[in-house]
Amino acid sequence: MSTASTMGDHATIGRYETFSYLPPLNRDELMEQILYILENGWNASLEHEHPSKAFEYYWPMWKMPFFGEQDPNVILAEIEACRRSYPDHHVRLVGYDTYAQSKGHSFLVYRAI
Amino acid sequence: MSTKTYDAGVKDYALTYWTPDYVPLDSDLLACFKVTAQSDVPREEAAAAVAAESSTGTWTTVWSDLLTDLDYYKGRAYRIEDVPGDRESFYAFVAYPIDLFEEGSIVNVLTSLVGNVFGFKAVRALRLEDIRFPLHYVKTCGGPPNGIQVERDRMDKYGRPFLGATVKPKLGLSAKNYGRAVYEMLRGGLDFTKDDENVNSQPFMRWQNRFEFVSEAVRKAQEETGERKGHYLNVTAPTCEEMFKRAEFAKELGAPIIMHDFLTGGFTANTSLANWCRDNGMLLHIHRAMHAVIDRNPKHGIHFRVLAKCLRLSGGDHLHTGTVVGKLEGDRQSTLGFVDALRESFVPEDRSRGLFFDQDWGGMPGVMAVASGGIHVWHIPALVTIFGDDSVLQFGGGTQGHPWGNAAGAAANRVATEACVKARNEGVEVEKNAREILTEAARHSPELAIAMETWKEIKFEFDVVDKLDAA
Repeated sequence: MSTASTMGDHATIGRYETFSYLPPLNRDELMEQILYILENGWNASLEHEHPSKAFEYYWPMWKMPFFGEQDPNVILAEIEACRRSYPDHHVRLVGYDTYAQSKGHSFLVYRAI
Repeated sequence: MSTKTYDAGVKDYALTYWTPDYVPLDSDLLACFKVTAQSDVPREEAAAAVAAESSTGTWTTVWSDLLTDLDYYKGRAYRIEDVPGDRESFYAFVAYPIDLFEEGSIVNVLTSLVGNVFGFKAVRALRLEDIRFPLHYVKTCGGPPNGIQVERDRMDKYGRPFLGATVKPKLGLSAKNYGRAVYEMLRGGLDFTKDDENVNSQPFMRWQNRFEFVSEAVRKAQEETGERKGHYLNVTAPTCEEMFKRAEFAKELGAPIIMHDFLTGGFTANTSLANWCRDNGMLLHIHRAMHAVIDRNPKHGIHFRVLAKCLRLSGGDHLHTGTVVGKLEGDRQSTLGFVDALRESFVPEDRSRGLFFDQDWGGMPGVMAVASGGIHVWHIPALVTIFGDDSVLQFGGGTQGHPWGNAAGAAANRVATEACVKARNEGVEVEKNAREILTEAARHSPELAIAMETWKEIKFEFDVVDKLDAA
């Protein structure tokens, strides 16, 4: 007997790495991830890019990495400011880990439609 | 100076090779053996015999001993310890002067340390438990061709473990059908797929044909998901010439990663391939077929932590470490110990993790730990907790056994992993709250819900054979 009728289909859609298989984070959830970055001693930074160029490694930085910034509300406000300035761009939040010389965290905080 | 005279005959090893007052030099290579001696052989004599037979000694005095400064070249047994919970065996610590070994040659180190001595009659069984490679020696080895940080940058993935899967059935698929399985898993959300170690170039699927179809699968999945993907193309081959030919073709196709079996292929081939990968910007995944033959017996052989250290020196960007929770053998604390040895730049002695020495890796890049074998979505909370971000979690059956197929299986694993990472970052104890985290995540993912239902009863709870020694 065919089981096709009980079977689901997984459609392919464009993704954006970490957390892009979860529902968009709400404000409180976003705050938790910002705190995670800060508590690890990483430097928060924002990057943004038009969806047509999202695959490329380098996205333009929004201002500079927020070196030494410990207030998550400041980061949250910068995310808002970046969104307003580039409403048609994706925005991602990055945590620079200087010890690993890498990014400890990186995920999309705003997905352009 | 030349005060020694030649005195033919056999003398106790301990007279020359048991030196309890010796303080090891920073540049010495140190080894810890678990020795099970014949019942009539004293511990000091057995330890000295191991030191002798793995360095300068032989069973009798020879006149040409006097032509060199053996006190400079000899290995020294310098400490003996009880094995907790085991009255039959003991630990012997041996210090070897660095000049006993050719620079950058794991082959040479192993030929000495685990060579003839392992068949030596005075010991009934012998196990190499750990090696401290002096930083002086580490610096002569190439190490991982890229390392964790370079791999993250190249694959553009941060803040989470990588996800992979071995293509199943592991033998018998045609290249085009095989590529289909790869494509479905990658489009569903995995980062990597893997050739099974048994897949080399058999009549049902020759390597060239496989490489081409798989590359097409990777390209298309990458284009459609907007994420960087890869497939470990197995270049393990009957000869080094053939191995390099396959590696070159992988590069020509633009593949980001290839794979090699370091024990069956051998350290000479592995080190050469790692050097090639470093020069060609290719990631190198390392499988470990044959390891259990060498490392599973607690009394005889080589502990896997030693093989892992040797691989880091020989070169590889990924190494299979077992899963702790899946179908394959592995004690949790011991696994954490050699996972540290693969990834960290300095690993302190920690007997509770089976680490007998401090190990300084200097600037040598780290190796990603690969957890693979009999794992599925229910294991993900434990895997994220045990292995952290710098790891590859590989679900073969746990992806392709999904009732809706590979893409849905891949998505289920990806959703579960991201949910666990998110919860961990929020300060939640992921292992304790596994059921809640996965159940909540499944509300938004029918793929995950079905996977949880399918594998809810499957566990692998056999006791491990090779446990850490404890009283």
